[in-house]
Amino acid sequence: MSQSAATLSSAPPFDETVANPVVGIDQTAGNFSYKVDYEFDAGTGLYENTVRYISSVKKEAPWILEFRLNALKKFLSMPMPTHWATKDLENINFDKIRYYLSQGQKPKRTWDEVPDDIKRTFERLGIPEQERKFLAGVEAQFDSEAAYSNIKDIVAKQGVIFANSTEALREHPEIFRKFFGKVIPTGDNKFSALNSAVFSGGSFIYVPPGVKVAQPLQAYFRINAENFGQFERTLIIADEGAELTYMEGCTAPKFSTSTLHSAVVELVALKGAKIQYITVQNWSNNVFNLVTKRGVAHEEAEIKWIDCNIGSRLTMKYPGVILKGRKARGEVISIALANDGQHQDTGAKMIHAADETTSNIVAKSISVGQGRSTYRGIVHIPKHLKGCKNNTECDALLINTNSRTDTYPAITIRGDRNYVQHEASVSKINEEMIFYMQQRGLTEGQAMSLAVNGFINDLARQFPMEYSVELKRLIDLEMEGSVG
Amino acid sequence: MSSLVIQDLHVAIGAKEIVNGLSLTINSGEVHAIMGPNGTGKSTLSKAIAGHPDYTITGGDVLLDGVSILAKEADERARAGLFLAFQYPSEIPGVSIANFLRAAVQSRMAEGEEIDATGYYKKLYAKMDLLKIDRKFTARAVNDGFSGGEKKRCEILQMAMLEPKFALMDETDSGLDIDALRIVADGVNTMRGPNLGVLMITHYQRLLDYIVPDYVHVMWDGRLVKSGDKSLALELEAKGYDWVKKELAAAVTA
Repeated sequence: MSQSAATLSSAPPFDETVANPVVGIDQTAGNFSYKVDYEFDAGTGLYENTVRYISSVKKEAPWILEFRLNALKKFLSMPMPTHWATKDLENINFDKIRYYLSQGQKPKRTWDEVPDDIKRTFERLGIPEQERKFLAGVEAQFDSEAAYSNIKDIVAKQGVIFANSTEALREHPEIFRKFFGKVIPTGDNKFSALNSAVFSGGSFIYVPPGVKVAQPLQAYFRINAENFGQFERTLIIADEGAELTYMEGCTAPKFSTSTLHSAVVELVALKGAKIQYITVQNWSNNVFNLVTKRGVAHEEAEIKWIDCNIGSRLTMKYPGVILKGRKARGEVISIALANDGQHQDTGAKMIHAADETTSNIVAKSISVGQGRSTYRGIVHIPKHLKGCKNNTECDALLINTNSRTDTYPAITIRGDRNYVQHEASVSKINEEMIFYMQQRGLTEGQAMSLAVNGFINDLARQFPMEYSVELKRLIDLEMEGSVG
Repeated sequence: MSSLVIQDLHVAIGAKEIVNGLSLTINSGEVHAIMGPNGTGKSTLSKAIAGHPDYTITGGDVLLDGVSILAKEADERARAGLFLAFQYPSEIPGVSIANFLRAAVQSRMAEGEEIDATGYYKKLYAKMDLLKIDRKFTARAVNDGFSGGEKKRCEILQMAMLEPKFALMDETDSGLDIDALRIVADGVNTMRGPNLGVLMITHYQRLLDYIVPDYVHVMWDGRLVKSGDKSLALELEAKGYDWVKKELAAAVTA
């Protein structure tokens, strides 16, 4: 493994002098990397030629290249949002990042065809096994491109399209172009602009009218290379009355230098459609995870984000729903765990734009040791609307006196025909509680882990079983490592 | 047979010495009661034996089956067979009693050994039937929003499931009405037997009407100053703690 790191890190190390403060946290599940020979490499640093290289490798249509170049200009002209966000963003050195690495642009349809060096990564992460057990389709992205993509025949026969964005742009340009970049405009923020310039991979899903996909579709995002930036772009469209659950998982090995993950995810739920989007991320502590996620819910449609953020050095992510049609519903269920050396800056946005729309936000954060969690929320209900409802609950759990939590809820509600409810709480796992559990035979680590799992229990129950088991396992690993 | 031996134990919180040279031996099958007025160090004694991090042992020793437990963490002491029934049990929101006990039982198993879920629930339900506890009880979060009586019943159920060698019961009767007290006492009496030693700590003699002790000790100023059988509790009830105080004063001046 050390050999692979040496081979891969052709670029000089980051200007990052602060050593990773986390010791002993067991993130072994994702902490490994294999030597991979990349056929396509856009080199280090971000230039116009980098963007042109990516576009040419993908054999893209001219409009996409234009879209990318325009985005690059926006990215370069926009300042870092450090006037409201953490100054840690300034530690990202865009000149030292590699923006595109792949072994080819066409994912394999069977695991047997996937090159051994990539296949063993996903096997070790248990993806093929999960696919057999409970998934309707899987896409497995390795650095910049999907190495594997498959959808079960029964789902494909219903007309469901499940492809990576590279393929979809080529094969389904008519649908893709209609919705692409419409929910999240390029200049929404600096990182959506960055993603728009260099995006690669990510899922494209279209579910035809009335089709209800019974099993979840899953994408797995794996960063293998050091000094690498992963910029997947996901677009999901559920046509009228369609239903879909999509799950994504993410891991990266623990390198001493920083890695950047900056995705854009757009969801469109047309009339009466339902999309549930579940994320369980377990990034290693060197990853800057700066993701823009938003959906538009049309009349009587429903979009639900379930977002679990574990790991990473800094996560900034505020899944949102624009409630565009009458009676549309939006929901964000968010769990964030910030351990030593981590900052989870997460939240939700609910933009009500039609009568009788309802939104629900439940955010729970856990801060351990020096870990820091921040909740930012926006709920916007303009004056001319009536019958809108929002419920916001933010609960923070602090373990250890040094941990920190901040809540910045911004609820703008105008007019008197709408209803808003907001609750926030901060609680601590105190010594008495831990002693009580230890007195029953649990170690300190087991006691904390159980207390944390109890804190999020009501949310975790909403997950598909396989994912709530995974979440519990990740929390156990984090908590075990967090006590002396 | 097991023994819990407390030898000339001194316990301090910060710089303040609370337990002041206390000695007591408890064998399996015995029920000892320690009585005493508030502030005399009764609860400190039980928490110190259980390994609460706020209490510093400044002298003496505690031996379980001849082995000192003082260097062990609280959880190691628990797994070695010590159970503390808390005066004020902690609430653990979101963790059901069934899951909590399961984790506690699992913690007593060897590394890599997995609890047998069917066997576990069979045993849990058997203990609940024995203690006349409703099946729905264990689906509730541990002590979360419980009444005083429910909390104590939860303690007794845990004690029954974990089958300790020695149970330290700290003011088990506090906050209980007479019906709840009877239920809790019935539970303890059911568990009483040759494999369990009990140290009951109480302010009132009332509890001892329901759980009749083999030995009664009076604690004063961090020490045991008088020992006897059940009749000592009754004498104390009749004469009040002032009687002990006067006797002590007389002994000092004599």
